[in-house]
Amino acid sequence: MKHLDEYRDPALARRLLGELRATATRPWTVMEVCGGQTHTIVRQGIDELLPAGMRMIHGPGCPVCVTPLEIIDKALAIAARPEVIFTSYGDMLRVPGTSGDLVGLKARGADVRVVYSPLDAVRIARENPEREVVFLAVGFETTAPANAMAVLDAAKTGVTNFSVLVSHVLVPPAITTLLEAPDNQVRAFLAAGHVCAVMGWTEYEPIADHYGVPIVVTGFEPLDLLEGILMAVRQLETGRAVVENQYVRAVRRTGNTAARDAVAQVFRVTDRKWRGIGEIPASGLALDPAFAGFDADRRFATGDIVTRESPACIAGEILRGTRLPTDCQAYGTACTPRTPLGAPMVSSEGTCAAFHNAGRGLELR
Amino acid sequence: MSVEEDFPRGGIVDFDGLRRPVCLAYTPEAAVGDHVIVHVGFAISVVDEEEAARTLRVLRAMPDAIETELGS
Ligand code: SF4
Repeated sequence: MKHLDEYRDPALARRLLGELRATATRPWTVMEVCGGQTHTIVRQGIDELLPAGMRMIHGPGCPVCVTPLEIIDKALAIAARPEVIFTSYGDMLRVPGTSGDLVGLKARGADVRVVYSPLDAVRIARENPEREVVFLAVGFETTAPANAMAVLDAAKTGVTNFSVLVSHVLVPPAITTLLEAPDNQVRAFLAAGHVCAVMGWTEYEPIADHYGVPIVVTGFEPLDLLEGILMAVRQLETGRAVVENQYVRAVRRTGNTAARDAVAQVFRVTDRKWRGIGEIPASGLALDPAFAGFDADRRFATGDIVTRESPACIAGEILRGTRLPTDCQAYGTACTPRTPLGAPMVSSEGTCAAFHNAGRGLELR
Repeated sequence: MSVEEDFPRGGIVDFDGLRRPVCLAYTPEAAVGDHVIVHVGFAISVVDEEEAARTLRVLRAMPDAIETELGS
């Protein structure tokens, strides 16, 4: 895109940092919710350039990281069935389940395929009518419209050998849960631009108002993040707490109506367990009963699954922002991106992987 | 970006030289030549070029604190 390089301009970044230093009089703590933003902040070292005492806490916005272990174990059970072609985004393949991951299952002969879009999974189902094609439908509000369209497409074109294993999560209830925690340190949030491109920001307005926290809808380039942080700090310094939009070029207040309508048609809100955090009321999406025929969980009756997390992993505290990867004993030793013990080390959006890829704290190990 | 009329509506998006099919069902207003934000093969937003330029103008108008400190 035409302006993309300019949103990475180091001279402008320096101006923004200068302005931030001139504005911040107190050691504010700001959370970026989205894993994509965490990745940019850590890779560019933005968190290390902030005014003295100011901290960025990396939030739970990594879909790979928060997908509950039960779902991974169910995915493994379904993918092991001989009639199934199991399809998923690539980054879910190495997420450790209770015993093994999808990559290991594939190596042992299971038909596991990486797709770029859920519509590819519907196409595979159309091309393989004698097989059962299952798509692992995980992620935040950003991926929900794509999965809704895949189900609508399959329903409309009569593809009956397609189903989805759904574990969608929603951002606003997670923010509320973090704010309710007695040890919460977050004073302002950067909301994820792409989530808001779909959903808009009206859901954030009562949160900003009720908890007195500034929330800034922010893009993904280094200048976006710096400007988002500056806008949040300006609010904190002047005692304001409203929703502001930094990502004006891509996000409108009501979001993307067509996408929201499709999501509302195919899914309904449900309680959802977050890996490492626990159950959050009304924080997920499940298939609407009208589309129950596409529910892989029902079709394959995986039932109750007994799960077990690695005892060394402190992913829960990392996702809540109360501890850093470098606080984990396994970080960089037993747990690396090649041998992940927990989900935050798997995806490049996970805080542990973001730290490891940037070489943070590894010289001490 | 070019457009193909199909269910779901699709188009070809150029990602820095790499051309891929993208579903345009959620951006019915997207036209050939627009910049779109794509997530898992779906365009979720059309980038407003005027706003993109305006944000940059605001940032450029900001004083360079470090230059000012050096007195240049
Ligand atoms: S470094 Fe590995 S084991 Fe430690 S918290 Fe992160 S993912 Fe879990």
